[in-house]
Amino acid sequence: MTPAAVCLSTIIAIVAVGTTVGFLAGAHRRMDLEQWTVGGRRFGVLLMFLLMSGEVYTTFAFLGASGWAYSRGGPTLYVLAYLTLAYVVSFFILPPLWEVGRRYGMQTQSDFFGVRYGNRYLAGFVCIVGIVCFLPYLQLQITGLGLIVSIASFGGIGRTTAMTVAVALLVAFVCASGVRAVAWVSVVKDVLMLIAALAIGIGIPLVHFGGIGPMFAALIAARPAHLTMPGATAHLGHGWYISTVLLTSLGVYMWPHAFGASFTAKSGDTLRRNAVVMPLYSLSLAFIFFAGFATVLIAPGMSNGDLALLSVVRRSFPPWFLGFVGGAGALTAMVPAAVFILTAATLFAKNLYRPLFSPTLSDAQVARLARAMVVAIGLISLTLAVFTSSTLVSLLLTGYAGVTQFFPGVVLGLYWKRVSAAAVFAGLVAGLASAVSLMVSDHDPLFGVSAGFLALCVNFVIVVGGSLFALTLGAEEGRERTARLAAAFH
Amino acid sequence: MKKPSLAALALGLIPFAALCFSVPLWDRIHPLLFGLPFNLGWLIAWIALTPLCMWGAYRIESARALPRGDAR
Repeated sequence: MTPAAVCLSTIIAIVAVGTTVGFLAGAHRRMDLEQWTVGGRRFGVLLMFLLMSGEVYTTFAFLGASGWAYSRGGPTLYVLAYLTLAYVVSFFILPPLWEVGRRYGMQTQSDFFGVRYGNRYLAGFVCIVGIVCFLPYLQLQITGLGLIVSIASFGGIGRTTAMTVAVALLVAFVCASGVRAVAWVSVVKDVLMLIAALAIGIGIPLVHFGGIGPMFAALIAARPAHLTMPGATAHLGHGWYISTVLLTSLGVYMWPHAFGASFTAKSGDTLRRNAVVMPLYSLSLAFIFFAGFATVLIAPGMSNGDLALLSVVRRSFPPWFLGFVGGAGALTAMVPAAVFILTAATLFAKNLYRPLFSPTLSDAQVARLARAMVVAIGLISLTLAVFTSSTLVSLLLTGYAGVTQFFPGVVLGLYWKRVSAAAVFAGLVAGLASAVSLMVSDHDPLFGVSAGFLALCVNFVIVVGGSLFALTLGAEEGRERTARLAAAFH
Repeated sequence: MKKPSLAALALGLIPFAALCFSVPLWDRIHPLLFGLPFNLGWLIAWIALTPLCMWGAYRIESARALPRGDAR
């Protein structure tokens, strides 16, 4: 067999195994809305660990982080910090969230806002913002998948073909088995990804420099400034690092899918134990960093940093291993893409379409509509990925600036009885408006601080100030309403 | 919702201090840690230490939850 054929068959075999596992995951179960979206709330620590790592360690970790290590250097370290700190945040937020989720039968993020704040416009708005923020994240996965498969197959599978086939497969297994499919495909993906990360992180420095230590010694001698902040950038210094780490670590569980995933747990304790062990998984990312930094000296001068890692892998390993990386990379894109599509479809059907257009819809009809939406959203994201382009990190940070604006409404909703619905609404709108206007007018970062973080500060001040103001000066009726909602909830 | 205990929150704050707020103190290359630049070695060491902090927080929170039993 030619090297290209070896690669191609390895990729196809891995994707086939992953997809089959996805279809089998839901077999012999009645897939009602509760099973499909939150797995009947029966996931234990291990399956939770796999589902959450499946969602968090995406194509971005594979290509985006190594790409930034290549093109920007030091500032990329934020990735290691935020993924670890996100679990610390989850320790304090997810268990109480799970508690109220079970009490009120919540399946989505929008459900939470609807129940806690008793305001269906707020719930609808949260739903729309969530879906809009998903699109760049979804596009990131599918674009990344196209890159991985086309390079790993020596161009044997074109980018568009790879993206189309992958979207078709994941739409099929999501429709069949829902969140259970995602968790089980994630098992396959995690094992492969871990092996790939270790092999690349140790292998590339070993082949080209004789080890990780000698690789860094060479890099320190040749490009010392690349390894600290601001690295190869002008503005990404320590202020940017701190604000971006805060923004993204608070934001990880504000993504509608991660938020919804916490409802699949068996108990609040499961989530707490999960938060304790999850940081260890971030260690695998360190190996991607070793590989990313190694590419700086091996393949200098590439214009698209996202491609650096794969082109070096192609140069350093035999074809079957390149196929292995391509297959693992494809699953790494498909798992998160599947869960985004599942979540966006459920949000649309349950929290937007039913309350606004057809309140009499039964849960079974909502489940059918959600499946139809899975197909529609799959097609939209495929179109976006084929016809637009942008680097992976910038796509990701745009989405983060948006979803993190949910944070004040969630954390204060859980822990502060006096927070008012109007203040949360106003804060959310102001936060989103400031984030979007700063980013669109090219003021990110502003004075060395991440725009999304500044927007979050504006948002927090308005929510807290507004709630206190409503408390002292607001109408008697409004005060009573806030107290009543809090009493029912807490 | 019952608020988390101060001790658990303090334990949760340790990783934030180590990985985030103190960045100007550790963002440098020398001295090398396990052959890695100091900043990268520091982050990796703290990724390994964070579960220890959170395990402490877990012990505190579950001890608080148990005596009252399952209220539901």
